Amino acid sequence: MSEKRIDEPTGTSTVGHEWDGIEELDTPLPRWWLLTFYACIVFSIGYVVVYPAIPMVHGATAGLWGWTSRGTLTTEMRAEQAKHATIKAALLATPLDAIDGDAHLRHEAIEGGKAAFRIHCTTCHGAGAAGGKGYPNLNDDDWLWGGDVDAIHATIAHGVRQSADTASRMSQMPAFGSTGILKPAEVQDVVSYVRSISKQDAPDAASARGATLFTANCAVCHGPDGKGNRTLGAPNLSDSIWLYGGDRASLTETVTNAHYGQMPNWGAQLDPVTVKMLAVYVHSLGGGEKAAAPAPAPVAPAAK
Amino acid sequence: MATSFAERHRTIERNITLLAVLAFVVVIVGGIVEIAPLFWIDNTIEKVKGVRPYTPLEQAGRDIYVREGCYLCHSQMIRPFRDEVERYGHYSLAAESMYDHPFQWGSERTGPDLARVGGRYSDAWHVQHLTDPRSLVPESIMPPYGFLAKHELNQGDMRAELATLYDVGVPYRKDQIAAANDDMAAQANPDAPGAADFRKRYPTAQVRDFDGDPAKLTEMDALVAYLQVLGTMVDVNAAAANETLSKEKGR
Amino acid sequence: MESVLTRAGLWFAALVLALLAVAGAVDTPFAIQMGIVAVAACLGLWFTLRQPDYDAIARGILRAPADQGRYDDDVIRWGVIATVFWGMAGFLVGVLIAAQLAWPLLNMGEFGNFGRLRPLHTSAVIFAFGGNALIATSFYVVQRTCRARLAFPGLARFVFWGYQLFIVLAATGYLLGITQGKEYAEPEWYVDIWLTVVWVSYLAVFVGTLARRSEPHIYVANWFYLSFILTVAMLHLVNNVSLPVSWLGSRSFSAYAGVQGALIQWWYGHNAVGFFLTAGFLGMMYYFVPKQAERPVYSYRLSIIHFWALIFLYIWAGPHHLHYTALPDWAQTLGMVFSVMLWMPSWGGMINGLMTLNGAWDKIRTDPIIRLMVAALAFYGMSTFEGPLMSVKSVNALSHYTNWTIGHVHSGALGWNGMITFSALYYLTPRLWNRERLYSLRMVNWHFWTATIGIVFYAASMWVAGLTQGLMWREYGADGYLVYSFADAVAAIHPMYALRVVGGLLYLSGAVIMTINIWRTILGHSREETPLGQPAFDPAKDRPLLPATLIAH
Ligand code: HEC
Ligand code: HEC
Ligand code: HEC
Ligand code: HEM
Ligand code: HEM
Ligand SMILES: [Ca+2]
Ligand SMILES: [Ca+2]
Ligand SMILES: [Cu+2]
Repeated sequence: MSEKRIDEPTGTSTVGHEWDGIEELDTPLPRWWLLTFYACIVFSIGYVVVYPAIPMVHGATAGLWGWTSRGTLTTEMRAEQAKHATIKAALLATPLDAIDGDAHLRHEAIEGGKAAFRIHCTTCHGAGAAGGKGYPNLNDDDWLWGGDVDAIHATIAHGVRQSADTASRMSQMPAFGSTGILKPAEVQDVVSYVRSISKQDAPDAASARGATLFTANCAVCHGPDGKGNRTLGAPNLSDSIWLYGGDRASLTETVTNAHYGQMPNWGAQLDPVTVKMLAVYVHSLGGGEKAAAPAPAPVAPAAK
Repeated sequence: MATSFAERHRTIERNITLLAVLAFVVVIVGGIVEIAPLFWIDNTIEKVKGVRPYTPLEQAGRDIYVREGCYLCHSQMIRPFRDEVERYGHYSLAAESMYDHPFQWGSERTGPDLARVGGRYSDAWHVQHLTDPRSLVPESIMPPYGFLAKHELNQGDMRAELATLYDVGVPYRKDQIAAANDDMAAQANPDAPGAADFRKRYPTAQVRDFDGDPAKLTEMDALVAYLQVLGTMVDVNAAAANETLSKEKGR
Repeated sequence: MESVLTRAGLWFAALVLALLAVAGAVDTPFAIQMGIVAVAACLGLWFTLRQPDYDAIARGILRAPADQGRYDDDVIRWGVIATVFWGMAGFLVGVLIAAQLAWPLLNMGEFGNFGRLRPLHTSAVIFAFGGNALIATSFYVVQRTCRARLAFPGLARFVFWGYQLFIVLAATGYLLGITQGKEYAEPEWYVDIWLTVVWVSYLAVFVGTLARRSEPHIYVANWFYLSFILTVAMLHLVNNVSLPVSWLGSRSFSAYAGVQGALIQWWYGHNAVGFFLTAGFLGMMYYFVPKQAERPVYSYRLSIIHFWALIFLYIWAGPHHLHYTALPDWAQTLGMVFSVMLWMPSWGGMINGLMTLNGAWDKIRTDPIIRLMVAALAFYGMSTFEGPLMSVKSVNALSHYTNWTIGHVHSGALGWNGMITFSALYYLTPRLWNRERLYSLRMVNWHFWTATIGIVFYAASMWVAGLTQGLMWREYGADGYLVYSFADAVAAIHPMYALRVVGGLLYLSGAVIMTINIWRTILGHSREETPLGQPAFDPAKDRPLLPATLIAH
């Protein structure tokens, strides 16, 4: 305990306590500090009056402005929808293959599709839609399920191998090796054949043996000369574009175990206009084909 | 005035009991006023259909999600903003995590929000992504989790786990608790003898091999099963529900 | 003799229980953890039976003087070492996880990946580094400002070792994948129970010492320490209520779910900041700053007002971690306004600290320890301005989920908590070991600069990264569509992640300098160098005012 004294450097009185040599000055609260504190309190009271704030029995006070975070979002989304309403309605009403004919619609669809693609599709098909192992390149003109805009739309809306979606693209290649349909040596022969029709290896005895096996086992899906079949999503095996790889090891793996590449049915997650825009965008990427689609154009679900 | 509060404060400073009691009283107020009403105000948790307890396999996957600290990079809470709703889907509802012990809303988005990741990717994508994220997303900084596919799923007795969850408030039924261990295996194997019963107990659950290796039940099966159910239980886009939610005041 | 037998019996019982738990464990990680407990019990048993004078042994190892008739400082000396050790560990792991975010190849398999190391980092720096600093300094300060020895010396030792066991169990648990999945409250139920025992003992020692003070008034530092200990006890107990799946297994489930769970967690999490990282460290500040500056505290009245306002308002601010989530809007409003009101009470501590230098401003130039303190207070002021700003809902809409939060955390953590702790360690070491001065004041200066530049790198890079993320996520193009994919934003902040590693390395190297400095001080070395200003220390005066009978234990 010490006496009150005037602290020399500051000219302020001490409080008169002392702990282990520490004293305290009797400085009043800094004015600016107190005023700012009051200002914060006043602001807070105002804020509490205006916004929902005080919990009661069945709910909280709603606040003078009646603001809610969810209501605000709905208003904003409505406003956005209104801005896009005409164009969306037009997109919805225009048949897919007619969109390309209307420069304005086409531009809008591609912009919207590009954005949706970046957000939903790049994780599988890559940032430039160039694909990757197991995920097809969407820039080229090699299509598994068809490259006209209606076929693309069907693929996107209903996905690939989505058993929950009855309109989904379905097919399944048997796992020839692991189920014992083909013996390991036969797998090698058929692989040799595939490598020969894709012009990676010159034909030899093995590929000749493979040709027979191919006709017996594979041609139903991949076609007699391995050119593929789009109704089954069976890839063309005679070109140099590979979904899972054309080297001997990858081919052996594919024929032995087969694959079951799946794509989500985006129609269930995105609104119909977005799906349409995606189809137009993907179609515009470079590989898009003219109509004359073998696949029936799916009916776009009714607008919300 | 200024001196008088300081004078009066000396009583408190000289009495440790008084100081401690007062300090304690001062620090409990805020918590009580903010937390307690959440337990009685009805509109805190929205009334929506579809939320069900996790199946044993999904719950086991959730345990792994927690164990590996996925919540440190991934949020599961979509805020009601246009950009988030367009990027991730409908904003998250309180109802959707009402059986989550503990909640996994997260506080960082080092990686994207996962609240509605269910159904967005194929199982194979998840397996490949978890095993080697950069093979699919070159920019990714997510750690690889390939070891999950090598570990057989061994989460202990799932009956005890479901019973514990029941005790803290998750409405599992008795038959669900009793069959938890069989159900966990059955969900990842449609050919298992118990698969039909499993479907009866959890009609909306997805039944299949999740990790691409039907011969084994692995931690990968469980984690992917969990990821695939995220955000899929409630039909959030039901127009009626949205109207009510956006008009509701005093929440 | 009897007490030795009882104590040995207790240790033996603990050992048997731990071994039984190992044998019956339902999961391997739990068995490993119980193995650690068994080892701890073995050590306890061994020391009890051998009946050595632990304090003397420790003094021998640590080359520390005995406290004849002085304050009970053994635990504090151990605490200083523990603080340095855990600090180094925590910073090192921090640098590692920072590097993992920049170069994900650094993730090492199952046990060394980001998800398991991150809680190790946060717990090591907050609970191990910060916690040891708080326990050690509070024991030091409470004795000096009460002029009394610690109330229960045995219990104080238990607090120290019990706390280390808590840290080891928590840390090894994370690597094994044991976690409750709640940030800053990751340890599982059995570790929580153990911490409760330790914490109640801590409260008893602290309050007991206050009760036997020979000063009529309780010094303001002790108000802060007391509110910190009390509130952390409350937060810990409420937030961790959970039900184990098996009493012989590591997994448990929180009693709370969903939205209620979220608010309880952030009521806890925010006040772990408010009471652990703020109130406790303000207690530290209120003693060491006036001591080092040799000046009276600026304003007694300000300390009263800002203390009560701070502890009252802090508790309400938790919902600012849940802005725009599924938490009802009303709770968010409360979280925001209470955070705004918290600004000035927080700054009260900064003002009282900085203005205490009134009349001694020249010391900033001459005394590097004062410089550390001033920087700490400046960073404290900065993060408690930034915090209320980020609590404003429209700001939080941008900052939440981004690295802005991480930048905010570390300007507080590295700047305020780190620097004030370093300055306290520098103050304490020569006094606790009865050395004339620190090994080197020049090295303190080096530490100051590496740490400061490190923080600048860290905070600046994370602000840029946070704003980049926030803006890219919500960027709309002319046609009204989102412009960037998530991965675009990840790629964009890669350089910032790399810069942060640089900042972390600088900060870590500062800590290495400190470790060398403190270690050599303990060894009694002193570096030949031109002296810098230091406050006088008279060991003869550093004594309790207690009758001799109470001193002899
Ligand atoms: C989970 C991964 C995944 C995502 C996400 C994904 N896809 Fe696919 N997609 C695939 C796979 C796998 C295939 C190939 C299926 C097969 O093997 O037949 C495919 C095929 C396609 C095809 C058919 C290509 C062809 O050659 O016929 C189109 C078109 C397509 N995707 C567009 C999209 C669009 C547009 C999006 C985003 C809205 C998208 N995909 C998102 C996995 C994905
Ligand atoms: C029931 C139809 C079916 C039969 C029969 C079939 N395939 Fe396939 N094949 C497919 C489908 C569908 C795919 C695409 C799988 C996917 O995308 O996941 C495919 C893919 C492939 C691929 C991968 C192409 C690439 O680009 O990577 C190869 C190689 C292949 N098949 C070879 C064969 C051979 C050789 C046989 C006979 C031994 C065979 N297939 C029989 C349907 C079939
Ligand atoms: C170090 C941070 C980090 C951790 C830990 C982490 N992730 Fe990720 N995660 C990311 C990043 C970054 C991305 C975005 C890039 C990508 O798709 O890989 C991502 C993407 C994802 C995605 C794709 C989401 C989408 O919508 O594109 C899923 C699913 C996912 N992570 C699941 C997990 C799971 C499950 C765990 C824990 C086992 C986990 N993550 C741990 C950083 C992380
Ligand atoms: C060398 C110094 C340090 C480095 C390099 C470092 C690095 C990191 C990194 C990389 C993260 C993870 C961020 C993320 O997930 O995006 C982190 C988180 C964290 N660190 Fe540090 N850290 C350091 C020191 C400290 C100190 C001294 C403290 C506290 C006293 C601290 C407290 C925290 C906290 C609380 C978090 C979690 C933040 C959150 O969840 O929002 N760190 N740190
Ligand atoms: C007036 C004082 C303060 C206020 C109002 C405040 C406010 C905030 C806000 C709004 C956030 C962001 C929450 C989010 O968007 O997720 C935050 C995060 C954080 N702050 Fe502060 N802050 C304050 C002081 C401090 C101080 C001094 C520290 C000391 C280290 C600190 C440590 C943290 C930590 C660790 C987090 C991260 C929590 C997490 O998400 O894991 N804060 N704070
Ligand atoms: Ca966090
Ligand atoms: Ca499996
Ligand atoms: Cu906070």
